Amino acid sequence: MGMIIQGATGDWEVVIGLEVHAQVSSNSKLFSGSATEYGADQNTQVSFVDAAMPGMLPVINEMAVEQAVRTGLGLKAKINKYSVFDRKNYFYADLPQGYQISQFLQPIVGEGTMTIELKDGEIREIGITRLHLEQDAGKSIHDQHPSMTLVDLNRSGVALMEIVSEPDLRSPEEAAAYVKKLRSIVRYLGTCDGNMDEGSMRADVNVSVRKFGDELGTRCEMKNLNSMRFIQQAIVYEANRQVDILEAGGKIKQETRLYDSVKGETRSMRSKEEAHDYRYFPDPDLLPLQFDDAYIEKIKADLPELPDEKKARFIKELKISDYDAGVLVAEKEVADFFEVVAKGRDAKLSANWIIGDFFGNLKRTSNTLSNTPVSADSLGALIDLVKDGTISNRTAKEVLEEMFDTGKDAAAIVDEKGLKQVSDTGAIEAAIDTIIAANLDKVEQYRGGKDKLLGFFVGQVMKATGGKANPGVVNQLLKPKLDG
Amino acid sequence: MSDLTKLKISEARDGLKEGKFSSRELIAAHLTAMGSAKGMNAFITETLDKAVDGATKSDDRRAKGDVGKLEGIPLAIKDLFCTKGVLTTAGSHILDGFTPQYESTVTTNLWNEGAVMLGKVNLDEFAMGSSNETSFYGNVVNPWRRTTDDQPLVPGGSSGGSASAVASNIAMGATGTDTGGSIRQPAAFTGIVGMKPTYGRCSRWGVVAFASSLDQAGPMTRSVQDAAIMLEAMCGFDPKDSTSVDMAVPNFEAALTGDIRGLKVGIPKEYRLDGISSEISALWEKGIEWLKNAGAEIVDISLPHTKYALPAYYIIAPAEASSNLARYDGVRFGLRVEGESLDDMYSKTRGEGFGEEVKRRLLIGTYALSAGYYDAYYLKAQKVRARIADDFKEAYKSVDVILTPTTPSAAFAFGEKGDDPLEMYLNDVFTVPASLAGLPGISVPAGLSADGLPLGLQILGRPFDEETVLRAAGVLEKAAEFTATPTAWWRG
Amino acid sequence: MSLDKNTVAKVANLARIRVEEKDLEPMAAELNAILGWVEQLGEVNTDDVAPMTSVADMQMRWRQDEITDGGYQPEIVANAPSEEEGFFAVPKVIE
Repeated sequence: MGMIIQGATGDWEVVIGLEVHAQVSSNSKLFSGSATEYGADQNTQVSFVDAAMPGMLPVINEMAVEQAVRTGLGLKAKINKYSVFDRKNYFYADLPQGYQISQFLQPIVGEGTMTIELKDGEIREIGITRLHLEQDAGKSIHDQHPSMTLVDLNRSGVALMEIVSEPDLRSPEEAAAYVKKLRSIVRYLGTCDGNMDEGSMRADVNVSVRKFGDELGTRCEMKNLNSMRFIQQAIVYEANRQVDILEAGGKIKQETRLYDSVKGETRSMRSKEEAHDYRYFPDPDLLPLQFDDAYIEKIKADLPELPDEKKARFIKELKISDYDAGVLVAEKEVADFFEVVAKGRDAKLSANWIIGDFFGNLKRTSNTLSNTPVSADSLGALIDLVKDGTISNRTAKEVLEEMFDTGKDAAAIVDEKGLKQVSDTGAIEAAIDTIIAANLDKVEQYRGGKDKLLGFFVGQVMKATGGKANPGVVNQLLKPKLDG
Repeated sequence: MSDLTKLKISEARDGLKEGKFSSRELIAAHLTAMGSAKGMNAFITETLDKAVDGATKSDDRRAKGDVGKLEGIPLAIKDLFCTKGVLTTAGSHILDGFTPQYESTVTTNLWNEGAVMLGKVNLDEFAMGSSNETSFYGNVVNPWRRTTDDQPLVPGGSSGGSASAVASNIAMGATGTDTGGSIRQPAAFTGIVGMKPTYGRCSRWGVVAFASSLDQAGPMTRSVQDAAIMLEAMCGFDPKDSTSVDMAVPNFEAALTGDIRGLKVGIPKEYRLDGISSEISALWEKGIEWLKNAGAEIVDISLPHTKYALPAYYIIAPAEASSNLARYDGVRFGLRVEGESLDDMYSKTRGEGFGEEVKRRLLIGTYALSAGYYDAYYLKAQKVRARIADDFKEAYKSVDVILTPTTPSAAFAFGEKGDDPLEMYLNDVFTVPASLAGLPGISVPAGLSADGLPLGLQILGRPFDEETVLRAAGVLEKAAEFTATPTAWWRG
Repeated sequence: MSLDKNTVAKVANLARIRVEEKDLEPMAAELNAILGWVEQLGEVNTDDVAPMTSVADMQMRWRQDEITDGGYQPEIVANAPSEEEGFFAVPKVIE
C-alpha cells in the first residue's frame, strides 16, 4: 500500500527513489593498500595515496571489482564488461584529491530488479537503475575543537558501491523494506557487512509528491541517512512539507536537504546550495575496467543461495509456513542457524523453537545471534530430547532458559536436575493406585458422571511424580482404572 | 680536476671503472661547478651533503664489486620528482616547504643503479611553460648566448633547469619530464640530447602530476649513448602506476649499432610550416641528407591532423591539470593562506599559491570540463587526439621513424615572446603531436644558428620502439658532429 | 562561445582560485583568445571517432586485496600546515 497524503485539493502520492552507499567488504581500499577496518585511530589507516600527496597514483583492488560484480549478479542486474572510472571534481576538507574517483556514464553494473515483501504480504518489484564503484571520503569532525574542523582520512578511499533504485517506492514502509532487503542480499553475498551504525550502509533518499496519475514532481534529496527509522521519518516529514508547499500554491525547489534527526525535520543545506558542477571526466590515471564472460561466470558459479530462493525452498521442501520462512531468511545468520538445527530434525518444530523461545531468550539475555550462548547444535539436542519424550515441551522451555543462563547443554541440565520424564508404566501405575485408594469418594463422583474430575486425578499423578510423568502415559493408564 | 665535468656518462663510467678517479672526486668537481654557476639559477635546492655522502657510499660499493649502471654518476633531478626528505617544489609557491616522505619510482631506480644526486633543478611552475619563466623560484638562464649580443636567453621549458645544468657541465645528466615537449624543446635550446620515452615506459609514481595522460619522464644528457644508459636505469615496470607497462627493459645502449641501412624515415609534409625559420628548414634538409647517406630510405608521409595538435593539447592538458592540481588546497601540505571559511582559505591559498600561467591554464581547464562545454571542448579535443594518434599509426605502416625539427626557432631572449600566451604555445608545435599519441621521441643537437645558438632535430618512433629511435639518433649525432659548447659566462 | 567577466568569476570560484575583481576583465580577454584559437578543432570531422581514453594500449592491472600500505600517521601529517593530535585541522565548517 502506498502512502497517501490527503490534502485540501485531493490525494497526493509519494514517490521515493534511493541511492544506497554500501561499503565493499575488503581488506584494503579501492585504490590503495591501506586497511579498511572500522574504528582505528585518526589517520592511521591512510597511505600517501589516500592523503592525495603529490605524484600519488591509484591502482584498483581486484576484490572491489569482484564484489561489485557479485552484488550485481545478486540483484539480477546486467553486468557491464567494460566500465570507466571518472573523476567527480569538488572541493571539501575530507576529499583530499579534490575529486572523488567514481563511475559516471559507464558503471560496472546496469539495470536489475529486487522484490520486496510488505507487511500485508504484497510483493513488489523494485527497479535497480545501476550500481557503480566509487571512493568514500574522509571524515570531518566539527565538534571536537572550538574553532577548527578536524579531518580524519581513515575512510578516505574505502570502496563503496552506490546502488541506485528507480523511483518505484511509494511509502516510508516500502523504502525501509527496500533497504532491509538490499542489506539482506549484500550480507548473504558477503559483499557488505550492512552495518548501518558504523556507516557501512547509508542512504540518500529522493522524495517527490504528485497527484495520482500525474507526471513525477520535483524531488528533494536527503543525504547520508544511516538508520531505517531516520529514512522513514525523513520521508514522512519531507513528503508532508512538499504537499503543504504545493497546496499553498508554491513550487518545490530541487535541492539537497539535511535531515535533522534531533528535530525530526529536513532543512535546506545552504552551504551546499551553490551550483554544483562536478566536471566529470575519465580518470587519466586509470584505464577502462574490463573483464570477460568467463570472469562473470566464475563468480556466478560461487554465488550463494539468496533470500528469495531460500524462502521458496523452505516453503516447498521443508513445509515451513510463508511467514516463518520469511522470518528465517531475512538474515543470513538466522537462515544458516535454522538449517543447522533443522538438519535431520522436524523442520517445522525447529522453526517454531527458533522463532519462539530461542529468539525470546536471546532478547531476554540481551544477546544477538552472533554471540548466542546456545549454539545451533545445542538447540538441536534440546529439540531431540522433546521429540524422543525424554522431557516435556514445558520442561524444555525451562531447560532452554537454563541453557542461556549457564551455557550448559540440555542433557547435562536434565540430568543434573533430574528432569527426565517418567514413561515407566509400572511407576505411574503405582502412583495411580495410591491416589485412587486415597480418593475413593472422588472416584465415586467421577463414575457418577462428573467427568471433570479426570483433570484432578491427572494433576494428582503429576504432582506425585514430581511433574516428570509423561502426560500421555498418565492419561492412557488412568482412564481405564477410573472407569473400573 | 675540472676536466671531470666535461666527461660524458659513458666516459666517466670507464674512468671510474679503471680507477682513474673516484666518485668522490667526480662529485667534488661537479659541486664546484654548481657553486660557481648560481647566476644561471638552475638549482632550487642544492644537496651538497647528500651528494658527498652518496659519492662516498658509491665508492664503497664499487670497492665491494657492487656496481650499478650509473654507479657514482652525478645527476640533477627536476624538482617535479618527489625526493624523500628533500624539499620538492614543482617550481610553485603553493608547495612551500613540502618535504615528501617518499621517493619517486624513477629516482629510486636511479639511486638503485648507483647515481648520486647533486640537487633539485628549476622548472616552469608545475611544468607549465616553454621558457622557464613561470617558476616561483625565478628564471633559469640558458648557458648559451648569441654571438651577436649579450642578452640572457631562455633555456626552454619546462625542464629548463635540467637542460641548463647539463649543458653547462654542472650535471652529467638530469631527469626531465615531458608533457608536450618539456624535455625535447629545452634540450634543443641548450644543445643537448633529450628523450621522452613511450608513455608507460617510466613510472609516474612520485612525479608531481601536470597532465596524467601525457606526462612522461626521460633523460637529458650530452650524448645519445648517455641517454640510452640513463633511460635504461630510470625506466621499468611499476605496479604502483596503473599506466606503467609491464614490459622488459631492453639494453638500450646495445641498440646503438650505428647501422640504419634500410631504415624507413618518414618526413611529414605538414611539419613544413609557414613562418618556420629558414635555418630550421635547412637543418632539417641536412638531417634528411645525413640519414640518407647512412643508408636510410626517406619516405614522404602525411600526418594530416598535425595542425590541430596544439589546440587539442591546450584543452586536454589544462583540463587534466585543473583536476590534478585540486589537491593543492592548503590542508595537508604546502602553503596555506588563512581565510574566514574553508572556501575562503581555499581561494586565497590557491589564488596566492599559483602563478599567472598556472592560474590561466587551471581556469581554461575548469571551463573546458564544465557543464555545457564538456562536449564542445574536452570531448572534441579527445576525439581530435584519437585522429592524431591514428595519423601516426597509419604513417608507421610505411615508416620506422619520423624525422622533424624539434623547435620552430632557436632559444629566444627573456620577454621576447611578449605577453601573448599563444605565441609561447607555438614553441611546442613539433613536439606536442607525439605527446598526444604517447610516442617516443628524442631531440639531438644538430647544428648552430647563424648567431651561434644550438638547434635540434627530433626523431619519433613507434610505441615502445625506443631502440630504433636511439639507433637513428646515434647516426644523426655522429653525422652532425655537434661539438660546440657555450662560453662559461656564468663563472663570474 | 565567448566568455564574459561573470563567467570567469564563476569558473574561478569553481576552481577555488581567488581572482581580483580588476583582473577579471583582462583574464576574460586572455581566455577568449585561447578559446577562440581552440575553435579550429571544429574543422575536424570526428563523427565516428571514439574519444581517446588512454594512449596506452593495454588492460588495466588489478591489485590483490592485501593490506600493504598505511599505518604511518606521523608521515601523513608531517607536512600539514595545521595539525591537531594527528588530525588535519581546517577552518570550522558550519553545515
